[in-house]
Amino acid sequence: MGKNRWFLPLASAIGFIFLYAPIISLVIFSFNANRLVTVWSGFSLQSYADLLKDPQLLPAAWLSLQIAAVAASIALVLGTLCAVALVRFRRFRGKTVLQATVSAPLVMPDVITGLALLLLFVAMQSLIGWPAGRGILTIVIAHATFCTAYVTVVVQSRLIDMDTSIEEAAMDLGATPVRVFFDITLPIIAPALISAWLLAFTLSLDDLVIASFVSGPGSSTLPMIIFSKVRLGVSPEVNALATIIIGVVALAVVIASFIGFTSSGRTRKA
Amino acid sequence: MAKKPQLAADTRPWRDPAAKPFVRIRHVTKKFGDVAAVNDLSLDIYKGELFCLLGGSGSGKSTLLRMLAGFESPTSGTIEIDGQDMSKVPPYNRPVNMMFQSYALFPHMNVWNNIAYGLKRDHMPKDEITARVQELLKLVKLEDYAARRPHQLSGGQRQRVALARALAKRPKLLLLDEPLGALDKKLREETQFELVKIQETLGVTFIVVTHDQEEAMSLATRIGVMNQGEIAMVGEPTEIYEFPNSRFVANFIGSANMVEGVVTEDEPDHVRIHSTELGTDIYVDHGVDCSPEQILWWAIRPEKVVLTRDRPAPQPGVPPDANMVKGYVEDIAYLGDMTVYQVRLDNGRYMRVTKTNALRGDPNAISWDETVWASWAGASGSVLTN
Amino acid sequence: MTEVAPPPAPPPSGFLTWLRRLPSAVGISGRALVIAAPAAWLTLFFIVPLAVVFGISLATKQFGQPPYSNLMTTENGTVQLTLHLSNYIRVFTDPSGIYINAFLSSIRIAAISTVVAILIGYPMAYAIARAPDKWRNVLLMLVILPFWTSFLLRVYALSGFLRGEGVINNTLALFGIAPLTMMQTDFAVYVGIVYSYLPFFILPLYTNLVKLDPSLLEASADLGARPIRTFFSVTLPLSMPGVVAGAMLVFIPAIGEFVIPSLLGGPGTQMIGRILWDEFFAKTNWPRAAALAITMLVIVVIPIMLMQRAQNAVVEGRR
Repeated sequence: MGKNRWFLPLASAIGFIFLYAPIISLVIFSFNANRLVTVWSGFSLQSYADLLKDPQLLPAAWLSLQIAAVAASIALVLGTLCAVALVRFRRFRGKTVLQATVSAPLVMPDVITGLALLLLFVAMQSLIGWPAGRGILTIVIAHATFCTAYVTVVVQSRLIDMDTSIEEAAMDLGATPVRVFFDITLPIIAPALISAWLLAFTLSLDDLVIASFVSGPGSSTLPMIIFSKVRLGVSPEVNALATIIIGVVALAVVIASFIGFTSSGRTRKA
Repeated sequence: MAKKPQLAADTRPWRDPAAKPFVRIRHVTKKFGDVAAVNDLSLDIYKGELFCLLGGSGSGKSTLLRMLAGFESPTSGTIEIDGQDMSKVPPYNRPVNMMFQSYALFPHMNVWNNIAYGLKRDHMPKDEITARVQELLKLVKLEDYAARRPHQLSGGQRQRVALARALAKRPKLLLLDEPLGALDKKLREETQFELVKIQETLGVTFIVVTHDQEEAMSLATRIGVMNQGEIAMVGEPTEIYEFPNSRFVANFIGSANMVEGVVTEDEPDHVRIHSTELGTDIYVDHGVDCSPEQILWWAIRPEKVVLTRDRPAPQPGVPPDANMVKGYVEDIAYLGDMTVYQVRLDNGRYMRVTKTNALRGDPNAISWDETVWASWAGASGSVLTN
Repeated sequence: MTEVAPPPAPPPSGFLTWLRRLPSAVGISGRALVIAAPAAWLTLFFIVPLAVVFGISLATKQFGQPPYSNLMTTENGTVQLTLHLSNYIRVFTDPSGIYINAFLSSIRIAAISTVVAILIGYPMAYAIARAPDKWRNVLLMLVILPFWTSFLLRVYALSGFLRGEGVINNTLALFGIAPLTMMQTDFAVYVGIVYSYLPFFILPLYTNLVKLDPSLLEASADLGARPIRTFFSVTLPLSMPGVVAGAMLVFIPAIGEFVIPSLLGGPGTQMIGRILWDEFFAKTNWPRAAALAITMLVIVVIPIMLMQRAQNAVVEGRR
């Protein structure tokens, strides 16, 4: 017993330090006055000014945000339909195949997914002429595909937890299945849909490998630009951008988890 | 509240062979994979009844209810409600509403919108919806709670919202799945009477699923006892309790002492059964459809056995060597309203006897380790042939 | 649930009503439509591409657009199917051993990193699951937060930490210790994988541990087991599905990892994801890249199946 008392807190403290120390040091050094050396030489917002002037980073960020929003929205629709089919429909032909297919992209190595989609797009172009070349459209398709898997998993687990008699009650009161979905199911699983969309959005925003395969000239996403910059060493502009991204994400996650706690507490009671 | 209509003997439709049943269940079977949850079940339920489906878990009672609501479709057989075949009718088009065991209130809608939901689906004009919801809130005494969300209500209030919501569309038939199951004992007893009152006021046919026999006995006009997907017995509460048709029903409802015996006399006006298990002969003062030498069972309720310290005098018409047995009080459980005696018979078997505690602190009550005689009248027990 | 049937004549609402009735009018149930949309998308953009990869892995490199030979050729009116196994043969017998070594070192690096992730992650998941309620949500959020932050940026942050003139070496210098070479080594790759995938290991394990009935632990203690004994005979066996699911979430993506070996590893760190990338982008040998992808797929299929079984066990347990 005596051992346990210090072992667990110590082990988790080390774990959390390991997880956070690099991020925190990156945030701190984004305010460093010295551009080249990773030695602290005074507070400065120079990196942020450089970021604003950077000809590549901001346009790429804007492109990536657009791609992520569209891909996440497509994935939300497809993944929700898929989750409804897998959880709410009784046996249908190919249900196990669908389940396996939709969860495979979760663990498929990115290089395989990227290569496979690129080869598909090339083959399709030579066969039917669509999609004509690679670019934003092909990135959106690729991202929507793997994001669908994540959305399905999130929505699926929410649907499993949901009391089906609530939907049956609505049907019993005269609502058709379509009505039941929009009146009852959708509002109840809305928090899960929001977090699924956000997850898909973040994953799309973050993807380097798949986008590198399926992008074309003029469609370099933010991770591709970042990768080319940091490959060669430290980049103060990237530090600044990373700090902004981390700040936004941290804020969103904190807010979302507070909303999540209250709303999940509410449904549990009801 | 309208005056409670009297249920006279001649208005019980199930006793009238010419009466047309409101719900007709014909040879319904429901299989999940290889398991038959409901097995070739036929049942008639009449207008205005409060019919209880009583059974243990896995008896198929909930599956039957869900087939009536339309959430499950029978593997074979037909269900007719008010003369209309239901097999092709989806749940949202049935003249039936259901109150769910979990209540299934819509968590994102307030009480008012929960109750109005079904009416909106019927495209009822707004002012009529308002009037109807108002009326229902009054019926279930929740006028002040219209704006609350389900999670802001107590268990009993939620139960009443669920009831009001299910009644809103004035269904011809209301299905209730363990309607009182989630309430605590006190509240359950109060609500039972309220439920009966509402049912009688509105004249809606109720089908209630329950596993609680006390609840079934106090609510029902008739009870259908279910066992392994089949109806074991259908009858009024008294019939079920006093005249069980099988060993299963006798054991399932209340408690019973049951012994095996052999018919030694089989006359039109009486039967004599020899039971080595009981250690005495049993004299039954009415004819039974059986044959001499047939093995059958005899069951008696604990409260129908009389305990005396001395050998009782033979009852009129009963042979002096039957219907009494000597034993020894091995254990007593005092329950307040009555006392349960565990009597060990001379042959080692046990008999359970209960006695109402009519006197306060009766000094003469039979106590531990006393030798006693247990006796019963010729009409007290039930002869069971299956 | 029953199939969508036309609603019982609602008051006219024009287009929507028409739209709702359309499926049943053409004889398709709404149910089928719900299944068809995601199924068609996944077939076209997930299953078919894998088949295409397999097809191209049987072709040979050629110059031109696209840079691989046609499998089917028409000669004098007869269709000829030419399949080449040369790519696969090269993968296993290349004289430099580059491919086979890359596979082996990928598996080794992924396996070692997974073990390290288990050793670090298990106590963390356990501590979070056993933490008092008010702490638990905060700690859980701290695990989830990196999960939502950019993977690429986190690897970059780590590189700033490990590099020659990075935070660690600067700190060591304060104590007069000579700088360590950590960047561009296999060590950096291990650290990078553990660092990036630790949250993926902790989350499923936490989900498993948190629903472990505390009365089981009490029962074990009541029957005379010390806490350590209880851990090994009750907690650990019951948490195995969580451990397996979490471990596979580290192991499988680590095998095909590209970013971490590229940013943190040295030229000697040959992981298969990087080799495939070079084969495709630098050498434009698409058929060879495809053959590498198919071989990698075969390697990860077993762990994927293991993970799905463990995941089902986690989900079943939660129901």
